[in-house]
Amino acid sequence: MKSYKIRFRTLIAAASFATLFATTSCMKDLEQTPIVDVTAESVYSNFANYPNALAKLYGGFAHGGQEGGGGNPDINGIDGNFSQYTRQLFTLQVLPTDEAVIAWNDGTLQTIHKMSWDSSNEFVSAFYYRIFTEIAFCNDFLRNTTDEKLAGYNITGDNLTEARYMHAEARYLRALAYYHALDLFGNVPFPTEENMPIGSSTPPPRITRPELYKFVEAELLACSNDLKNARTAGYGRADKAAAWSLLARLYLNAGVYTGTTQYAKVIEYSNKVIQAGYGLKTKYADLFLADNDQNNPEVIFPIIFDGLKAQSYGGTTYLVHAAVGGTMKASDFGINGGWSGLRTTKAYVNLFGGANTNDLRGNFYTEKQTLEIEDLGNFSNGYPFIKFKNVTSTGAPGADVAGNFVDTDIAMFRLADIYLMYAEANLRGGGGDAGTALGYINALRSRAGANPVASINLNFILDERGRELGWEMTRRTDLIRYGKFTTASYLWPWKGGVKDGQAVEDYRNLYPIPAKDIIANSNLIQNQGY
Amino acid sequence: MLQAQTKDSIKTANIEQVVLIGYGKQKKSDLTGSISSITAKDFNGGATSPAQLIQGKAPGVSITGNSGAPGSGSSIRVRGIGTLNGSQSPLIVIDGVPQDFSGISGASDPLSLINPNDIETFDILKDASATAIYGNRASNGVILVTTKRGAAGKLKVNFSTLASVSTKMKNTPVLSADEFRAFIEANASAAYQAKLGNADTNWQDKIYQAAWGSDNNVAISGGIKGLPYRLSLGYNEQNGIVKTNSFRRTSAGLNINPKFFDNHLSVTLNNKVTFTDNQFAAGGVISDATYFDPTQPVYSGNSDYSGYYEWLLNGGLNVNANANPVSKLYSTRDVSSIWRYLGNAQIDYKVHFLPDLHVNLNVGYDYTKSNGAKTEYADFKNAFADKGRYRSYSQEKQNKLLETYLSYTKTIDIINVDLVAGYAYQNFHRFEPYAPTYNGNNVEPPKGNDYEFRNVLLSFYGRGIFTIANKYIISASVRRDGSSRFWNGSDTGNLWGTFPGVSLAWKINEESFLKGKGINTLKLRAGWGKTGNQELTNVADYPAYSSYNYGNSSAQYYLGDQWYQMYKPNIFNPNLTWETTTTKNIGLDFGFAKNRISGSIDYFQKTAEKLLVDSPIQAGDVSNHSALNLGTMDSKGIEGSLTLIPVKTENTTWELSFNATHYTSKVTNLVTGADASFNIPQGGISGGVGNTIQAHVVGYAPYSFYVFQQVYDTAGKPLDGVFVDRNGDGKINESDKYFYKSTQPDAILGFSTKFSYGNWDAGLSARAVIGNYVYNNAAANSSLQSGSTNEYLQNVYYTAVDNKFSVPRYFSDLFVENASFVRLDNVNLGYNFKDIFAPGSSLRVYGMAQNVFVITKYTGVDPEVFGNIDNGYYQMPRVYSLGLNFNF
Repeated sequence: MKSYKIRFRTLIAAASFATLFATTSCMKDLEQTPIVDVTAESVYSNFANYPNALAKLYGGFAHGGQEGGGGNPDINGIDGNFSQYTRQLFTLQVLPTDEAVIAWNDGTLQTIHKMSWDSSNEFVSAFYYRIFTEIAFCNDFLRNTTDEKLAGYNITGDNLTEARYMHAEARYLRALAYYHALDLFGNVPFPTEENMPIGSSTPPPRITRPELYKFVEAELLACSNDLKNARTAGYGRADKAAAWSLLARLYLNAGVYTGTTQYAKVIEYSNKVIQAGYGLKTKYADLFLADNDQNNPEVIFPIIFDGLKAQSYGGTTYLVHAAVGGTMKASDFGINGGWSGLRTTKAYVNLFGGANTNDLRGNFYTEKQTLEIEDLGNFSNGYPFIKFKNVTSTGAPGADVAGNFVDTDIAMFRLADIYLMYAEANLRGGGGDAGTALGYINALRSRAGANPVASINLNFILDERGRELGWEMTRRTDLIRYGKFTTASYLWPWKGGVKDGQAVEDYRNLYPIPAKDIIANSNLIQNQGY
Repeated sequence: MLQAQTKDSIKTANIEQVVLIGYGKQKKSDLTGSISSITAKDFNGGATSPAQLIQGKAPGVSITGNSGAPGSGSSIRVRGIGTLNGSQSPLIVIDGVPQDFSGISGASDPLSLINPNDIETFDILKDASATAIYGNRASNGVILVTTKRGAAGKLKVNFSTLASVSTKMKNTPVLSADEFRAFIEANASAAYQAKLGNADTNWQDKIYQAAWGSDNNVAISGGIKGLPYRLSLGYNEQNGIVKTNSFRRTSAGLNINPKFFDNHLSVTLNNKVTFTDNQFAAGGVISDATYFDPTQPVYSGNSDYSGYYEWLLNGGLNVNANANPVSKLYSTRDVSSIWRYLGNAQIDYKVHFLPDLHVNLNVGYDYTKSNGAKTEYADFKNAFADKGRYRSYSQEKQNKLLETYLSYTKTIDIINVDLVAGYAYQNFHRFEPYAPTYNGNNVEPPKGNDYEFRNVLLSFYGRGIFTIANKYIISASVRRDGSSRFWNGSDTGNLWGTFPGVSLAWKINEESFLKGKGINTLKLRAGWGKTGNQELTNVADYPAYSSYNYGNSSAQYYLGDQWYQMYKPNIFNPNLTWETTTTKNIGLDFGFAKNRISGSIDYFQKTAEKLLVDSPIQAGDVSNHSALNLGTMDSKGIEGSLTLIPVKTENTTWELSFNATHYTSKVTNLVTGADASFNIPQGGISGGVGNTIQAHVVGYAPYSFYVFQQVYDTAGKPLDGVFVDRNGDGKINESDKYFYKSTQPDAILGFSTKFSYGNWDAGLSARAVIGNYVYNNAAANSSLQSGSTNEYLQNVYYTAVDNKFSVPRYFSDLFVENASFVRLDNVNLGYNFKDIFAPGSSLRVYGMAQNVFVITKYTGVDPEVFGNIDNGYYQMPRVYSLGLNFNF
């Protein structure tokens, strides 16, 4: 019937228009964007946010994630607290040496001191990924703070000057992370702000150790021009002295990294730092207490922790808690309880000539502890090493009333290290003055209440580095430089898994690239021996 | 089954069973896809959550309780696991409103907020030809839940009440006080032996209780002036077998379904409101009770730490030791309340001038608000250092649905045509304000971000079903879906997926050569289809979009002169898109002897591609893992069901039904260039930090156990730390691990029977899972060292005494135990007083027992653990109940 047909047609027409209208307006609804998290544009177009973005780059060395206590971790496959940067640096630089053993059985942790790790070791992997996420954060900041980008975001005047300093700081932090990659892994992937945008599916290219050395050197030389002058950047921020210190460290080990030594440059950059006005802190012990950010003329570049605002179960919280156990009173250390993990070996105690030394740096806890280690898993075997504490120089406990998180900062570089590098480079023919070198060593010794010496030699320097910088994450690098890390020329308890120590394979001077990354990145080649 | 009010089972045989197929219904005999339909008469009795109603009833559908805690809901798996990181749960549609996959803080399973007594039918769509019409979230199957409707006519009232007592099945087998003394004296140093106490405490007995519960429901239905309605009210109160655990649910529902304009316009309005009140037992208390030293007393005799015995060290609490479980129970008050409103309006207009055309509109609104608070008191060890803790949280979820579709049915000659075309829009929104934890130290808690998330789904769909001569049926559908989850800010290509499906059925029994030969049903079905998955668990909510996260104020950094919270660039994948699964299914339905023998058998094959996985990625990006579409997975299986009615007379009926399922899934590809050692770890265990026991790897089932092969001596005793050197390189390390068993069983069987004689009725249902393997974490955690470590004593699993392992050997395959089981789920006996009080009324009184017994070789408490890792699992209770059901 005609009228029905017309009505039918109009009905269908009306329905289709309605649907079309409804759908096109709803199509836009599919373009949902994050409600709480923000975009790059909103972060970088406002200069007030720049310190917060920069804070993540520094924070990558202190935190496991975005929340205190390891919450919202940046990487997975390992607990957010375990994967914190300095905790893993300690695990890979100190634990496989004469300086420390640990009682815990988490995963493959025992293979570190026994030097039997392989490419699936989760602690090695955790540090590897931590290094590269730090590099990625730096790359992202660098990408967003180039001169073109800053002009595009309308950053001008004083803000522009400050932004350029921040850009240099990001380069420094990236160079520091790459330095650790160079030292521990050698031949690694090479992501830069140009070749690796976030979410990229193209794997970064591979770089060999000598090439990476050149890159780190070039970056640090650029930073030593672009960063703020020494001791003017504010506590915690990188300045020229931080760049010089890392250059000195890089050049000291150049023989290991490239085959060609650079001891003269060690002297050059050590002198630059020494002339910048740093001085030794009067009391050695105060360097490792909760208020070591105050009145500290010795620290060049710290990693900052705080019991309330920078809470992490890694960092110094780990260093303090893990080293307390047995009959040690937790309240003496400003914490609520020890984790009964770390002690030291008799080889380290012997550097001081025994536990009864008057050298303040040889501070060991001996009550109900044995010097010999029969069982690595028993905390009472081996002397605990007293160094880091969560109490202030006046004896007050740290800011966290519950005694969980520690305030003490970690010095990545301090003047004592520079003195030792100068002395070593001088002995190795890098120039400088032997008398000055001896003076520096004796300054360190008299501060520590140890007897001054009349002369020094290379082996003495190695031992003095052990005494001065115990547990400060340089031991493995130093032993490798002296050819003693894997060889039989220096044996310590449980080296190689044997009670009196034995040599291990040479290839263990480098850690393996994690098996997972070898598979994920076809450009990579595994380090020899793994 | 859509029919007016439940009636006696004998009469239903004459009414053609109609099944929901999504945007329409079909007679069961005309179905072309693989669909199981379970109605109220077949439901398991005594269910406190809806999923329990159909446990063991449908082949291919596996329902496992999340825990024995009341209100904790269940996990449902249809035809095994078909995906890796995407949600593995089926899409649940309640009265036409598809549900959100995510849970609600304070309730583990959104389905558990519906009163099971209000449910009429579950229609489970299993193969792609059936689910393709729901394409975008249907890769794991679709479950259509229909609630009870009213029917015009006389007023009908139903009142039911059930009173029950729940008890625990058994304790985890750890050592008794004397056995523990002997163990410590034989293996620990003198210093640790001195820590032994003089008491004899069975800690597990101290935390469990006999729990009482009741479930009361009233339903009134009828028609007021031709307006059919059903009003239901329910109150369920259930205590948990762990002390302090309780659950209360008050629910109300009103469904009205009037018809207007001479039945041209039918309107259905469904409304359900639920209010749930939970009190949870303190977390970890079951593990604590398993491991606490049995030689210590519950109370210390002094008033420290509220009088409970705790491990001390050097004058203070030993922070590494476990807490006294009884103290932990009473130290915590963890409560939550949840309001939920689920309502929808379905309007079906039969066009006046064209009665074959129906215009349908479905508008739904689902709102949930939850509030909770956890208080931990200062005087107990649990929160002692913090001087007490308090955290209050809330969450609000909204789900809005708008669907319009046209349907057209017409019979042309011998062909019956049924066409549907439509459009659906769904908008999910979730908001949780930041909930800090306050402590008694009066230190201000850190500041953090609120959580807010919105997801929009848009779809266009169409389907045609052609029935030829009532013998040959062809069904074809296509759906195009867009999801806002894949929006990367620039191109819309990744948002859309197209999901077609086609299926055929041949009703062989309608053929002339078979007519009249006593074969009631013989139907051959075949189908093919594609479905999608866009739900990601444990991954960022906007995984394709670039964003920065503002950190918490407890993780700041000091720059120069002040503290700053950190801005972090989030990892994202701009290429992220739909995961698709292609399914092929072939099935046969049969029925003989007046359908006294009936059943079906199905064989299926699924391939999932572009699997959504939270995968490890190359180093150099802002995280070491990201959501990627990588890899493929294959599954195939066979399932069948058989129902027999051996006796059917005026007075006596006896019905038996069986179902069986067997399936195998295998990951076929993960990452290009991956070798045999590449795997994605899964399955966290307790012991050490970050240890995992399962993995996804190419060539094996997902969640395969990744363990070392234990070596035994000639007497069959395991050798401590000696494992098979599988690659023969002389070293025992990660490369010697292998993939041994997984969460995938060999077969799942279900059996139930009902017998009625006169006014008596009895029934039972049982399930068996064969080839079920569970990792016994409590046994793995036990060793000679674990009993005495960190200055306190800890109980061990009884096998530690014989094994004599020096340290815990977490990764030995010894602890992956065979947990195949047969479980008698439900036994019930009832008597029906017919025509009591008035003709047509009835009063059924019945007694019921649930979880009667389990037969298994597994040494732990319960072999049926979701995820197959037994780590302090809250066991399913044994329940005895008495109920009555009154209709008039």
